[in-house]
Amino acid sequence: MCGIVGLFLKDPKLEPKLGAMLTDMLITMTDRGPDSAGIAIYGGAKDGLGKITIQSANPDKDFKNLDGDLHDAIGQPVTILVKSTHAVLEVPLDQMAAARSALAHLRPTVKVMSVGDAIEIFKEVGLPKDVASRFDVSKMKGTHGIGHTRMATESAVTTMGAHPFSTGSDQCLVHNGSLSNHNGLRRELIRLGKTFETQNDTEVAAAYVSRKLEEGQSLGQALESGLDDLDGFYTFVVGTKNGFGVVRDPIACKPAVMAETDQYVAFGSEYRALVNLPGIEDARVWEPEPATVYFWER
Amino acid sequence: MQSFDLGKEGLRALNSALHGLKGQTNMTDWEVVNPKGAHAIAAGVDAPVDITVRGSTGYYCAGMNKQATIRIKGSAGPGVAENMMSGTVIIDGNASQYAGATGRGGLLVIKGNASSRCGVSMKGIDIVVHGNIGHMSAFMAQSGNLVVLGDAGDALGDSLYEARLFVRGSVKSLGADCIEKEMRPEHYALLEDLLKRGEADGKAKPEEFKRYGSARKLYNFNIDNAAAY
Repeated sequence: MCGIVGLFLKDPKLEPKLGAMLTDMLITMTDRGPDSAGIAIYGGAKDGLGKITIQSANPDKDFKNLDGDLHDAIGQPVTILVKSTHAVLEVPLDQMAAARSALAHLRPTVKVMSVGDAIEIFKEVGLPKDVASRFDVSKMKGTHGIGHTRMATESAVTTMGAHPFSTGSDQCLVHNGSLSNHNGLRRELIRLGKTFETQNDTEVAAAYVSRKLEEGQSLGQALESGLDDLDGFYTFVVGTKNGFGVVRDPIACKPAVMAETDQYVAFGSEYRALVNLPGIEDARVWEPEPATVYFWER
Repeated sequence: MQSFDLGKEGLRALNSALHGLKGQTNMTDWEVVNPKGAHAIAAGVDAPVDITVRGSTGYYCAGMNKQATIRIKGSAGPGVAENMMSGTVIIDGNASQYAGATGRGGLLVIKGNASSRCGVSMKGIDIVVHGNIGHMSAFMAQSGNLVVLGDAGDALGDSLYEARLFVRGSVKSLGADCIEKEMRPEHYALLEDLLKRGEADGKAKPEEFKRYGSARKLYNFNIDNAAAY
């Protein structure tokens, strides 16, 4: 199994509550996968700044004076917001690449969870309620977000094996299912210059979508291409800076329910995840069709 | 009328109370409120009672039902009425995957659409769907009747045995060994009864349906039919 939740807000009035709504949805899905949990939230950074979310097994040591060290390295101010094992760095947008390479040099064991204008990813081993409270997810604001609770089948239960996976700027992907051609596809993507952190099948799907977006495809086109190239069982939910997409494999045995109102588009592995959303009684509720791409962009 | 608030009293209390009803009971009318998509609501009931669930349900609602009439005033999650033995289950909304799977008897009515694998391996249940059904429906269906007022998805009736499938709309594709068959007088009579019991007699007429069944080529392995598998 595995549980997925997603929320794409149309009504800006709900944006302050995005983290709280997603947390509630994700905790409801706990019994679909108690191994690890993660959440990606898209909330705009200040003008001219981008965000790098990082993770460390030794946060006290690694995050100490990291903002100062990065400032010295790139010659521009950097702010750091530490949340447990993760930290969000805010860096001038034109210095993002410089900051990443300085980070790799200054703190070689620190892992980069996400990079972009809007995305932040927090993920750890443990139950959704513990992971959400550790990172104060319920206080986070944003325009859209995706959560995942994992029951591992393909690779080890580790922080880096948790979802969401981010393999491109402001991109992320979560998965319920298992891929059968991920090893071959990973080798192809490595040849094309992609790097991988894990042996996980989902990371390959995320890198595949990133590659297609780099080739100039839209999110919808990238997911369509995936229907031909990704073999196995999947329900994917994908986030980009402006959008949110859903696709299920042609067999469609991994569950998925969607709801749409004037205020939001919501995704849940089960209807249970959606029952506390405002106006759900009058929402249009449906199951995404097999091998059909759905996406919303603002 | 026994009213049960699932949000307050919990699933286990509901199902224990329902399982306690044996044989004749004077508590014949039940209402379940706040189902909120919970799993296994009213699964394993074995009494001639009437249960109304006011909202949408999760996995396996009314599973293994015997005798009871269970109405869902919302949509149903995967495996609704799975392995039903007898009684009636009526869903006002849509049903998710494998509705009525392996059912041995009784009547399942879905007033909206059913998604994939509706009636998979059915063994005597009657299923009436007012809307459409998804792919791989009635896969390996052994006996009983599946009536669809709308359209059917890919691979209808794959590896079918003796279940009868009646579809009014289009069939995207037939599965292995499933063929269209002629409608004979007994089929019109059967459909008339099923449409009536399935609360669909005002919506469709028996003569609008086509019948599908097994070509019976895959019952025993025959090397000449290897390509059909």
